[in-house]
Amino acid sequence: MRARTAVITGIGVTAPGGVGAKAFWDLLTAGRTATRPISLFDASGFRSRIAAECDFVAEHAGLSATEQGRLDRVSQFAVACTREAMADCALDFGASPPERIGVVIGSAVGCTMRLEEQYVTVSGHGRDWLPDAGMGCPALYEYLVPSSIAAEVARRCGAAGPVSLISTGCTSGLDSIGHGAQLISEGSADVVIAGAADAPISPITSACFDAIKATSPNNDDPQHASRPFDNRRDGFVLAEGAAVLVLEEAESARRRGADIYGEIRGFASRANAFHMTGLRPDGREMAEAIRVAIERARVNADDIGYVNAHGSGTRQNDRHETAAVKRSLGEHAYRVSVSSIKSMVGHSLGAIGAIEIAACALVLRHQVIPPTANLEVPDPECDLDYVPVTARELAVDVVLSVGSGFGGFQSAMILTRPTAPR
Amino acid sequence: MTARAAITGMGILAPNGIGHEAYWRATLAGTGGIGEITRFDATQYPSRLAGVIHDFDPASYLPSRLIVQTDLWSQFALAATAMALDDAGVDLASVPEFEFGVVTASSSGGNEFGQREIQKLWSRGPHFVGAYQSIAWFYAATTGQISIRHGARGACGVMVSEQASGLDALGQARRAIRSEARVVVSGGTEAPLSPYALVCQLASGRLSDSADPEHCYLPFDAAARGHVPGEGGAILIVEDVAAATAREARIYAEIAGYAAGFDPQPGGGHSPSLARTITLALADAGIPPQDVDVVFADAAAVPWLDRSEAAAIETVFGPHAVPVTAPKTMVGRLYAGGAPLDVATALLAIRDGVIPPTAGVGELGDGYQIDLVRGDARTARLRTALVIARGFGGFNAALLVRATD
Repeated sequence: MRARTAVITGIGVTAPGGVGAKAFWDLLTAGRTATRPISLFDASGFRSRIAAECDFVAEHAGLSATEQGRLDRVSQFAVACTREAMADCALDFGASPPERIGVVIGSAVGCTMRLEEQYVTVSGHGRDWLPDAGMGCPALYEYLVPSSIAAEVARRCGAAGPVSLISTGCTSGLDSIGHGAQLISEGSADVVIAGAADAPISPITSACFDAIKATSPNNDDPQHASRPFDNRRDGFVLAEGAAVLVLEEAESARRRGADIYGEIRGFASRANAFHMTGLRPDGREMAEAIRVAIERARVNADDIGYVNAHGSGTRQNDRHETAAVKRSLGEHAYRVSVSSIKSMVGHSLGAIGAIEIAACALVLRHQVIPPTANLEVPDPECDLDYVPVTARELAVDVVLSVGSGFGGFQSAMILTRPTAPR
Repeated sequence: MTARAAITGMGILAPNGIGHEAYWRATLAGTGGIGEITRFDATQYPSRLAGVIHDFDPASYLPSRLIVQTDLWSQFALAATAMALDDAGVDLASVPEFEFGVVTASSSGGNEFGQREIQKLWSRGPHFVGAYQSIAWFYAATTGQISIRHGARGACGVMVSEQASGLDALGQARRAIRSEARVVVSGGTEAPLSPYALVCQLASGRLSDSADPEHCYLPFDAAARGHVPGEGGAILIVEDVAAATAREARIYAEIAGYAAGFDPQPGGGHSPSLARTITLALADAGIPPQDVDVVFADAAAVPWLDRSEAAAIETVFGPHAVPVTAPKTMVGRLYAGGAPLDVATALLAIRDGVIPPTAGVGELGDGYQIDLVRGDARTARLRTALVIARGFGGFNAALLVRATD
């Protein structure tokens, strides 16, 4: 029996700097940055007062006033992306057996915005440890359990197959798409809506990253604050957003003549078992995730034409990751194009892994590599080709995307251009 | 050949017992752990009963530096992991580092820790938020801390589908065993008894407002009026059967089948997908319905949910065809910890050939055609158990455990 593989047939993106996959790609290829002063709340008392925010208009995403009232911003993003991806793939969902449709959504911090807003209301602005139960809104329980995001998506696409939310911090997006591809390859589903969403630009999330000095305090120059691999970098820039992909079993997608962006060929995750936020400089566990993903994809490391880096713009990440790429790709590490789109759209925690896979699918489609914006003074310890500042046209058949996050989790995924019909 | 997944160790923290033997003795005797919430003054709230663990001292399991950086939910899991690894007797030094993973269930994260930090932020200012908020509150904290404490460098995961999460985590652990891992720490815990988390649960409309600890959570009963929450859960050690056999480990049972599904139209009064999920899990295990010796029900105690679960059981097995039980009435719904505790309970039931009762339930509602084990525990020869779990919003999952002898 031929092994079942998952292909990407639809993309929906809600990212800073432009809503929709087209606007997202335009931003990336222009090398524009979407980082700016925080407008979503009054950040004046905070160390980092900048973020990459989405100019999201819920009405444009077709959300009714009732839905806007009930759904956290993160669920609104997920629903908007789902709608876009479903339209993009041109699959007739109504004609697909519901029990063969699955959903896997990733999110690092779930409905944190509404949870915090509601807490402010029910606790008298944080005065009362015992909140007033009568003040809470009816959807409060849906905010407590982030699985509500996946449930909302599942209702939109009529899924009755396996549905789950995966929350592995900053690798949530990669892990969700990896899990979605697994559901297809093992035969649990034929179609999977897979992606991730996070909307963390709120006082509590900003405060907790302030507390560990993880985010950039470059408040005077927000457009140049996200500087992965640049020697002047001073932390990541918090972001929000979502991306949702339609994954289909390859043969059935080809049979219906779907327009395929690419194949998900290999995925692996490993953990460093070292520290919740710290990374050892040798990149050993990320290198192992990359090695296994390549092995599962049955490609040669030398065939990789583009590495979508985690590239968060913290010193320890950039060095850890550079070491991992060298360790896993050997000499090819110095030849391959590596870039971090977080330089433009910031770090949207769990969502970014899915946004980056959307970018990888568009790289395979358009054969253009987005740059690492703001990379002007390279860190001497980071000596790979990070595609500084300007996008690059390049023939690319195989792409590697990596993610790294709190908890010590390291994930890697290999995508390829669609192969000819067999 | 695909590797098979066995459960070789368990660690239980339940309102009616810490450690699996204490829990099991209480459960067979019908002794519950439900009482007034004591972690805070809950007298002003309409639901004040819960399954509370009274004598858990994190310091007897964990170093102080780990206690200050974790929520109670993670502390439960870390303590249960230590118990489970000890119970499994696995020598971790002999397991290749990348073949040792962690997949836990999560539902609401580090509730009390998060509330405390948000409280500081809004009452005192952003600079009062502590450095550990970033690693204690989020849903991946437990998996990350277990991985770090025990050196698990293999694939790690966090599955979130409310009360169904636990079965999804075990299903994911089995996938890891089949593809790459030798040992996976799985299961889950929950600590839902902080003030804000309780207020959030009240909004679900599914909490019982009863003041009678013996009769507050009555699934399938004519008087069903919602559930009470409980804290704790179970951590299970999932291991490759061949490796477990080679080291002559005691195997509780094999994870023989698993499936998950979803009801896109919730509240419709019937659940077509649950019967299908159970059927898929049976097909996955390659066994007919008549081979199932006992069903551990999700047991929502919300009438329409009870009806739909009973209908699914009746559809798959026939009326009164298989014993059904829900000992969770003694501890409450533990959300991410609930299904792992049910699986652990099923393993002990198989081991000892006895089905624990659904304590407290008296007369079933009209029309139920299920054989609900009530009153005393029931002796039976047990080889295969089905565990059903459903998560708020439409999630459902089914898992089969089967003795390997």
